[in-house]
Amino acid sequence: MDKAKSKKVVSYNKWGYIFLIPFVVVYCVFQLVPLASTFYNSLFENYRSGLTQVGPNFVGFQNYVKLFTNGDLLIYAKNTMIMWILGFVPQILVSLLLGAWFSDPSLRLKYQRFFKTVIYLPNLIMASAFAMLFFTLFSESGPINSILLNLGIISAPYKFMSHVWSVRGLVALMNFIMWFGNTTILLMAGMMGIDPSLYEAAQVDGATATQIFFQITLPLLRPILLYVMITSLIGGLQMFDVPQILTNGTGDPVRSSMTLIMYLNKHLYSKNYGLGGALSVLLFIITGILSLIVFRINTRTSK
Amino acid sequence: MKKRALSLILATAMVAGSLVACGGSTGAASSEPAAEAEAETEAEAETGAEEGSVLNVYCWNEEFKTRVKDHYPGYEEVDATHGKIGDIEVVWNITPNENNAYQNNLDEALLKQDEAAANDKVDLFLIEADYALKYVGSDYTMPIADLGITEEDLANQYSYTKDVVTDSNGVLKGVSWQGCPGVMIYNREAAKEVFGSDAPEDIQPKFADWDAFVASAKELKDKGYQVVSSVNDTYRVYSNNVTSPWVVDGKINIDANIDKWVDDSKALVDAGYAGTHDLWGDDWSKGFYPEGKVFAYFGPAWLIDFCMAADTEGSIANAGGWAATEGPQGFNWGGTWICAAAGTDNAAEIADIMRQLTCNVDIMTDIVKDDNDFVNNKPAMEAMAQDETYGDAVLGGQNALPMFCAGADKIVMDQITIYDQGCNEEFQKAMKGYFEGTTDKESAINAFYKAVVEKYPDLTY
Repeated sequence: MDKAKSKKVVSYNKWGYIFLIPFVVVYCVFQLVPLASTFYNSLFENYRSGLTQVGPNFVGFQNYVKLFTNGDLLIYAKNTMIMWILGFVPQILVSLLLGAWFSDPSLRLKYQRFFKTVIYLPNLIMASAFAMLFFTLFSESGPINSILLNLGIISAPYKFMSHVWSVRGLVALMNFIMWFGNTTILLMAGMMGIDPSLYEAAQVDGATATQIFFQITLPLLRPILLYVMITSLIGGLQMFDVPQILTNGTGDPVRSSMTLIMYLNKHLYSKNYGLGGALSVLLFIITGILSLIVFRINTRTSK
Repeated sequence: MKKRALSLILATAMVAGSLVACGGSTGAASSEPAAEAEAETEAEAETGAEEGSVLNVYCWNEEFKTRVKDHYPGYEEVDATHGKIGDIEVVWNITPNENNAYQNNLDEALLKQDEAAANDKVDLFLIEADYALKYVGSDYTMPIADLGITEEDLANQYSYTKDVVTDSNGVLKGVSWQGCPGVMIYNREAAKEVFGSDAPEDIQPKFADWDAFVASAKELKDKGYQVVSSVNDTYRVYSNNVTSPWVVDGKINIDANIDKWVDDSKALVDAGYAGTHDLWGDDWSKGFYPEGKVFAYFGPAWLIDFCMAADTEGSIANAGGWAATEGPQGFNWGGTWICAAAGTDNAAEIADIMRQLTCNVDIMTDIVKDDNDFVNNKPAMEAMAQDETYGDAVLGGQNALPMFCAGADKIVMDQITIYDQGCNEEFQKAMKGYFEGTTDKESAINAFYKAVVEKYPDLTY
């Protein structure tokens, strides 16, 4: 009797593995193999100038040396991080607030479903369409400028696309609008998973709403916060579509809003697989390191 | 047991499903088109036998299609992207120029030319001066002589239109039906209001050189007009009068005249005489309408008739409110050349299209009359320049051909390189920040160098 049972368990395990096959296959074909071939490609000089194909010639780590010596990489990494932080800080604050409100039963918010849908909606718009919209809204003769002019706030059209911080600000704003709904829903899921008896106990002990939030909700939300932060960081490092469309691929003014992936995209003009591959590998390493750091910080303090 | 069978089926279905999509192409080999194929078509062209049934045309807008539709004898339109010439089906492959999309698409097609089936091969494609050498210098274009078109056939064409598409061995690889000498196109109403006259002979002295240009710009500003919509408008005027090419021995080189454009433009922008918009954008083209308050644009014949919103009610062009004058310096902008792709199976048909559109005086005169283009036929144009019955409605009936004729004679295109398009584009983009005061000249030029090296990794600075 016992034997038969344990046999059954083993055979269920087998099914588990079988059902994992699709994922593993897809992962290998679309992630692991490209990853390896990207690294392989990064060791070659391989580009097209006009219609003339140069290479592929094996050059070792020369592409990496080139990337580091021309010094632009750090600038683009800095731009990317600045725009990500500008968007992420308000995003996490607003999401925490909204999440706390939505998940607090004592507030008895009406039309919750409606609001949850509405804040999620911006995420459904294609990022490129959204960026086009903002480009038109904030162009020199666009509606925002004419509203500001008519209200008498400014006397001449403000060139949003020609100032470092207005472009970065717009990129951050767009990322914020697009992603705060998503983050809110994730955080809310985390908050609703917290044992309600803890809240009740705190209330019985006479804790205020602020105290409950900081002493109970936040610490218990840490795993979800960690997840949100890592995914957003990875997403932020790969920031491309919004600044690309908003600045027409130039990263203007003077490349101050050029992100790492936009830089990568620049190399595709000349089909520069070598330099592009090297940049991708570096990006992979940076993403890995940053994720590790965030992971360490968040897990260490919770112990 | 049933459950187990079901789950087995499901699992296999999933695995199979995820694998199905994985079959794929093995990447195009980037080989030169085989000489064999070329030899074959040459033989075909000479005997005129064995025409392919599909003519694939690659271009970036409707201009050439309209010319063929309106002026090529025997062309019938089937729908927006298909036509018919006798038994031959014409397929229009139109990809916009934006972000290099046209060239990327064309390059991919040309690189696969060898493997493509006869009816899928590129047969005819169009190029512009900025990147002409890229194709002319390659083996992907057929020499015009191999198509059976002789030097006598082309004797009436402006010599610069041949220089642009002649490769380093002196072989002509393309032909053009148009000449693109540029003029200054100004707003008649504004001219009357500010200078008291809209006659070209009164306006020309006010813009005879760049100093006069700036002085007149001030007068215009006092009356609320911008002299040009954007400083990028004057870019071609400077960049066409350079004395050194963009690239010298693999090193990027900024000509003194380009540098002069930067300094002159900065002064214009600082004084508020002109904007910094990118060409073709809404901010740039607002001057096509009276409310835009723009005095002038610089451009050749195709800009006047094809780009200035002549069909839109309420535009200046629609009301015939523009006039043309030489402006500070003569220049050339654009121009479209017809090339035959190596490996084509329609050589005889392509040769006929080239002959009809670029050598047939009657057809070319019709193009001028119907479309106000400036065509590539010197005697015909000089005759029409004297014709008092001809006038361009957009220019209020002015016959601008004498100006174009004079301009076309003076065009020299001896400083072009295969890198021109990338350099011209990136230079204007990079300087924008300097004009707007967000950066200094040095870092703007640095940004230009970086952008060019990204596009052409074989260059240095």
